[in-house]
This record gives sequence, structure tokens and C-alpha cells, in this order.
Amino acid sequence: MSTATAMNADELARGQRRERAQFIGLSLPATLLILIIVFLPLFWLSSLSFIDRGGELSTENYQRLAGDLYIEAFVVTFQISAAVTALCVLLGYPLAYWLSRKPQHTANLLLICVLLPFWTAVLVRTYAWLVLLQRNGLINNTLLSLGIIDAPLQLAHNLTASIIGMVHIMLPFLVLPLYATMKSIDGDLVRAAVGLGSSPTEAFWRIFVPMSLPGLFAGVVLVFIMSLGFYVTPALLGGGRVQMLAQRIESTITIFSNWGAASALGVVLLLMALALVALLHRVFGLDKLFVR
Amino acid sequence: MAIQDMPGASPWTQRLLAIYGALVLFFLMLPTVIVIPMSFSDSQYLEFPPTSWSLRWYREYFGSSAWMSATWTSLLVAVLTTVLAAPLGTLAAYGMHCTSDKVRNALQLLVLMPVVVPSILVAVGVFHLYAIVDLNYSITGLVLAHTALAVPFVIITVLSSLNNYDMTQEMAARSMGASRPQAFLSITLPQIRFSVLTGAFLAFITSLDEVVVAKFISGGENATITRRMFNALRDQIDPTIAAISTCLIVVSVLALAAVQIFGARSKGSA
Repeated sequence: MSTATAMNADELARGQRRERAQFIGLSLPATLLILIIVFLPLFWLSSLSFIDRGGELSTENYQRLAGDLYIEAFVVTFQISAAVTALCVLLGYPLAYWLSRKPQHTANLLLICVLLPFWTAVLVRTYAWLVLLQRNGLINNTLLSLGIIDAPLQLAHNLTASIIGMVHIMLPFLVLPLYATMKSIDGDLVRAAVGLGSSPTEAFWRIFVPMSLPGLFAGVVLVFIMSLGFYVTPALLGGGRVQMLAQRIESTITIFSNWGAASALGVVLLLMALALVALLHRVFGLDKLFVR
Repeated sequence: MAIQDMPGASPWTQRLLAIYGALVLFFLMLPTVIVIPMSFSDSQYLEFPPTSWSLRWYREYFGSSAWMSATWTSLLVAVLTTVLAAPLGTLAAYGMHCTSDKVRNALQLLVLMPVVVPSILVAVGVFHLYAIVDLNYSITGLVLAHTALAVPFVIITVLSSLNNYDMTQEMAARSMGASRPQAFLSITLPQIRFSVLTGAFLAFITSLDEVVVAKFISGGENATITRRMFNALRDQIDPTIAAISTCLIVVSVLALAAVQIFGARSKGSA
């Protein structure tokens, strides 16, 4: 009797292992495709970054990154990403808070205003900003007719335009996880604090804000990572004046055909992005990010 | 929960917050909304509000063989990407859901990589890979690259709905003689179908709107609409692009509406 159960358990365990292996097999086509299209070329890029122009193995490409041109690209990229992230928090936190304290059906309606831009092509939204910010665009015309300015301002094709466009594109990535986190905060906790004699402001800062930090952190890191490698909006709204890392990589390849230097830049960019992803995963759990 | 859930906050604070929130929503909506009326303007220069209305830029768009061929390329690639990504993603999500936690966590991280790796790096890498296997400027190459970028969205949506699904139903079906594929197709799939559809729409939009990779690996007669738009925008602000943008916005609105409806239904049934 006891040997029979033992055998059954053994067989069961083996069957379970076999079945699990089959399930991994089901994921194989999708994961293989990602490995070949995304990972394989990245490995190749990293190996290329260690080969100099003469075809020899060297760290020349990385040494070149210390040159002024590249250092400037790094500094500009960090400054823009930090500015975009800060502005997103400034605009997004109060918005998410306001939405999360609204009744569900009103919040859902208002959330469409966040989701619609989210679903609209980045290129379309960048184009819209080009139109709004141009010399005879809506913003210049409004300011002129209100008498605030006498001559049209140069609004497009500069750093400010790039930052405005990027904030517009990144904002939903901050608001959505933040809103989800705030929605799950029990309002009774803040009410209890107020009931026990805390001022509403104090209750907000000491109860609500700390509880919303995981969502804020997720949004901040996500926006920062995406800003670091952003290409389309700064390329179009910056008018060639804004050279972030992604544009530098593109021009190093398409204009100078210097794959080694571009790869080295790419590897550094990738490592920064992956380090931030790892940090995000440790604190927040990446899988939770996308499940609403 | 109370209606306006801000305990003790003064009416002024609440009003101020509402104004601020509404302004931010206005900022989010303004660019998308402003393009639509502008596309119906008769003027060379994009003005708002348009002084005279016409379908001039739509005629320009639909009458141009270059724009039309780019549109068909993009639509074809987006449809093929959806057709590939939806089943591959659903299978992968099902496999990941049923396997051990350790393997699932590893696969989840791997699958999220296309979302977080900067697109310029994917573009440069794929361009080189395709130079070796001669897939640059081909529909096949575009579809494969876009599928790799879109499949994570299908996996994420399907996986989250499987998390809310009771797998014992499948076991019950199997104990009554159904095979594993039968049980999946007749019991599980119908119950997670809205998440599969949501993932499919996300895959479609991901492909249709993708610029950076297409900029590198599409071209010639297989240039996508986004590639053409990007190149056109570098030189000047062509009003034809307002008409094209309006069409793309309509597609996004329809996709979002579909997903909202599917989302409400899948929440209702799960």
C-alpha cells in the first residue's frame, strides 16, 4: 500500500515536470522571437563596441566617450530627462490625486482624457506641438492678440519645445500607475488622522503621500528610463539644436558610419536603462506595473 | 467611499485642485483636438480657427500615390503583426501562467525587455541583423520586428486576466475526458477572449504608430506611413500631415473605445 502511493507520487511528480516543460514550450515562439530580434543584436552591438576602427580589440570607443561632444550629450540627456520627470510629477501628482478622490464613474470619464493621448501616435502628438508652437501658430497668435507680446516668439525648434513635447508624451506613464496606487489607499486612514486632531494638510503629507510613494516611484523611474532613450520628439521639436543620446547614436551611424562609437554609446545607454529597470523591479515588482 | 474624498480639506483647496487638474487634462487633450479642425482648413499655413474650410488636404493625401502606398504598407504590416502577436502572445501567456513561479518570473522579465530597451538601440541592432539575412526594406522584416515589439503587450494583458481566472475549471473539463488543448480552447479561451482582443488592439496600434525601427528598416516601396511622416516633418510642416494625423487619431479613438468596452466586459465576466 505504502509503496504504491510512493510510486504514484513519484509518477505524479514526473508527469508534472513533463507538463511544465511543455508549458515552457508554449512560450517558446514568442520568447525566441524576442531573443532573436531584440537580444541578439544587442549582444552584437556590445561586442562591436570593443573593436576599434582598425578592426583591433580595444577600448578606444569607450575612451572616445570622454570627448566633449559625447560628454555634452550625456549631460544634456540627463538634464532633459530630469526636467521632464520633474515636470511630470508637478503636473501628474495633483491630477492623479484629484482623479483618485472622484467617484468611480466621473474618474473613468476624466481618465479618457489621459488615455486618449496615450493611445495616439507619438508622431501625431509631436506634429501637433510643432503646429501649436510654430511662428504663426495658435500659441503665438493668442499671445499676440492678447497684447502680451509684440512679435512672434521662437517657440518651436529648441530645448523648451522638446521638453514640452516630451512631458506631454510621458505624462500618462506617470499618471496611470500613480492613479492605480492612490485608488487603493483607504480614505478612512486620512479621515481617522483628521478625526484624531491632525490638520488636513498634515494628514495629507504624513498619511496619504507616503502611501502613494510606490506608485510615484514606479511612474518616475518609468518616465526617466523612457526619456533617456527618447528619439522622435527631441529630433523633431529640437530642430537639430537638441542632441540627446539617441540622436547622437543615430547621427554617429547615419552621418559618420562609425558603428564602434555608436555601439559604445548604445551600451552605456542600455546599461543605464537596465540599472534603472533592475532598481524598479526590486522596489516595485515590474510585473505589477502593467497589470491594472 | 465618500463622494469627494478629501477629509477636512477646505472648499478652496478642493476648488484649486479641480482647476489645476482640469488644466492638466486640457494640456493633455489640446494637441490632439486642435489638429482635427486644422486638417479641414483651406490654407497653406495651418491656422486655427481655419478662415475657410475645405477637404483640400484630404484630397492631397488620398490622391498621392506615395502616401497611399505608405498607408497600405503600414496597414498590412499592422494587420500581419496583430495576426502573429495575438496567438503567439496568448500561447506564451498561458504557458507562463501554468509553469513554475521561478520560470515565470524569468520569462516575464525577458518579455518586458522590448518595452524598456530604448527603441533606437533595437532599430540599430535589427538594421544590422537584417543586413546579414537580407530583410531590410521587406514586409517580412517589418512584421517580425513589430511582432517582437508588440507581443509583450499581448502577454501582459492575457497574463493579468489569467491571474483572475480559476484554472480548476480546466481541470474539471479534463477529468471528464477533455484533452488539454480541448479544455483550453472550449473552457479557458472563451473566458479570457476580451483580454486577447485588448492585446490584439494594442499590438495593432503599436505596429501602426511605430517610427524609430521603421525609420531604419523600412524604405523604398515598403516605407511605412510613420517613416514618410517623420522625413516630411524634418523639412517643413506640410498640412497634408494634418489630414493623415486626423485619420490616425480616428484609428486610435476607435481602438481605445474597443478596448474600453472589452475591458468593462472582461471585468464583468471574471
